[in-house]
Amino acid sequence: MEICREGEALKISDLDPFLAELLRQIPMSANPEGAPTAEARLFTKPSAEKEVCAEWKSYVEPELRRLFRSATDTVAADLTQLNGNEKSLRNSTLCIPFEHADAWLNALNQARLVIAERNKFTDEELNDHDRSPIGSRRDLSLFQVNFYGFLQEFILREMESR
Amino acid sequence: MRGHCDNIFFMSAVSAVHAVQEGSTSTVEAPVRETESRSEEELDVPWQVVVHNDPVNLMTYVTMVFQRVFGYPREKAERHMLEVHHKGRSILWCGVRERAEFYVQQLHGHLLLATLEKVV
Repeated sequence: MEICREGEALKISDLDPFLAELLRQIPMSANPEGAPTAEARLFTKPSAEKEVCAEWKSYVEPELRRLFRSATDTVAADLTQLNGNEKSLRNSTLCIPFEHADAWLNALNQARLVIAERNKFTDEELNDHDRSPIGSRRDLSLFQVNFYGFLQEFILREMESR
Repeated sequence: MRGHCDNIFFMSAVSAVHAVQEGSTSTVEAPVRETESRSEEELDVPWQVVVHNDPVNLMTYVTMVFQRVFGYPREKAERHMLEVHHKGRSILWCGVRERAEFYVQQLHGHLLLATLEKVV
């Protein structure tokens, strides 16, 4: 896989089918449905004060839901570039316009938080970036968290150098 | 949020003006004034914005969010990020409640663990 900047976009080329599939899973992975702790992590309480929390739930939480949904929708739309290659063993290319960088950072973060909550990863596991080989579903989820983190780092670096 | 109450007040005022402009002959209801339920003493209490440690968010990402939300220079943002990382929490800002709520909303929008607390 190669990542580089091309004009007003980030280009991820030579993307093997496995990594392409992980990218396709971002919007789905960001969905906390069926995992109350993941839902609670995305929509955390703002205060110990009950009155603040009640107002927050009514007025702020719906705004946050819209924001998160908008980010995953943008990412899902960009990912349609990879559609049709699901069964192919050929490598593919994905272009992320710079104007979508914030949406990508947000959606990748949502996905990382939800996966980490669903799997109850420990701090040691989350800091073990060289774990290999992938021998279980849990290992795969941890790899997914690290891969999405790597993409976030790259997007951040490119945003900063603009 | 208090901003919401202000909006309701504003909207009733706007509908009243529209009714007059359209030449409506029906009685225009006087806008309802929202009364502040918090005491002056309570309004004076400062609130602080606290960010808590979280093993998933990247350090570079947290720094970028602090720069963006608070307009802090990179060094200051990094100092707060490291305080969160090493001490488990950092106080990012202190002041009136409305502003503190706004900052916490921004931080939650970036998926950071943030709370607002009354300064004791």
